[in-house]
Amino acid sequence: MYGNDVIDPNEPLNAAETADYDAALADGQEAEHRPGDGGGFEALIAADQRIEPRDDMPEKYRQTLIRQIAQHAHSEIIGMQPEGNWITRAPSLRRKAILIAKVQDEAGHGLYLYSAAETLGIDRQELLERLHDGRQKYSSIFNYPTLTWADCGAIGWLVDGAAIMNQVPLCRCSYGPYARAMIRVCKEESFHQRQGFEILWNLMRGTEGQQAMAQDAANRWWWPALAMFGPPDTGEAAKGGHTEQSMAWGIKRFSNDDLRQKFVDMMVPQAEKLGIVLPDPELRWNEERGHYDFGEIDWDEFWQVLRGDGPCNAERIEHRRRAHDDGAWVREAANAYAAKQATRTKESAA
Amino acid sequence: MSGGSDAVAPSSERSWPLWEVFVRGKRGLSHVHVGSLHAPDAELALRNARDVYTRRQEGVSLWVVRADDITASSPDEKDSFFDPAADKIYRHPTFYDVPEDVEYL
Repeated sequence: MYGNDVIDPNEPLNAAETADYDAALADGQEAEHRPGDGGGFEALIAADQRIEPRDDMPEKYRQTLIRQIAQHAHSEIIGMQPEGNWITRAPSLRRKAILIAKVQDEAGHGLYLYSAAETLGIDRQELLERLHDGRQKYSSIFNYPTLTWADCGAIGWLVDGAAIMNQVPLCRCSYGPYARAMIRVCKEESFHQRQGFEILWNLMRGTEGQQAMAQDAANRWWWPALAMFGPPDTGEAAKGGHTEQSMAWGIKRFSNDDLRQKFVDMMVPQAEKLGIVLPDPELRWNEERGHYDFGEIDWDEFWQVLRGDGPCNAERIEHRRRAHDDGAWVREAANAYAAKQATRTKESAA
Repeated sequence: MSGGSDAVAPSSERSWPLWEVFVRGKRGLSHVHVGSLHAPDAELALRNARDVYTRRQEGVSLWVVRADDITASSPDEKDSFFDPAADKIYRHPTFYDVPEDVEYL
């Protein structure tokens, strides 16, 4: 029934399983051997060396990284909610165990990233407050609801697939702690994407109802997944956005549009294998470009959801705040215990 | 020289102290720095480190160290601090000219 054997484990399903990831890993290991360690920030960037926490760096570089890493961390912990929603209703014990492990991973990824952000001189508590009062954002994909079990499949396959495509180049980010956190994240995300693919694979080989459920989930998640790469930033659109500066600083390595194209090219054959029809009538292979052409993304919807008018924006933040407040007594108890133990240690030493 | 490790100490006192985490991947390897976390005491720091950094059997041994307790060299003084080693090339075996036909050298 759960035919793992029909999904070839050696066939790469996401960017963390391709040569791109291996190249990013090797790049990090080679960086220290590249000449140019003698100079300051600009010289290090020019030599494609890593910047480390206590190095001198321009204030804008620091602020850009804090904003980006914090937004990334927030996305990980808000991203626990859509799937966490299905833990009590997972269709089998196996699925439930996998889902719990995945949601726990998202929490872990949030913590790696907050840890990286803190090396830039900001307190985690401050970042959480900025999330809670809306001063900092998270990926708008998590403002869509998970209506059926198939959504857990579609999120793993498409949302995690898109996230990995974005994150593999970040393993070569110029800021050392961020790059190292991304290496861990990508490695673990790979399982997330595979389990999503497997959920859909099984549904597509089930009853007509199950197939329809899988197709419906893919219909709803495809376009928001493409929007995850961010607004167009090549050609005319390159002016004014963050892309140019972030590329000059080695924070960003590819444009949003390039990564989106790579993602589409990777997903179309996987959809065919699944038997899912992607909801884009304009999707077709372009022999000349050597890429798939695809239709126009609804950027009005993207901006609307980002501004706060998505289906679940209020619910996500409300839930996050409540979880934080409800956990206050645990933090207080741990503090009280630590204080008591410290006093006892002091007394016994006296 | 200045105190503190990679991570800058929290700006406020609202947070639990910061701990740096080191993992020994397997027997025969050194402990390697993997990141940091917040915890009220050493015991919880160790438990949290297990959950955050070794969910996939990445380690057989863990160290947690209060970030405040680490004294680190300063990147600004890197050149002058490590300079004394730069001009002592005779500390490397390649410095020495020896006949090519001597075995085991």
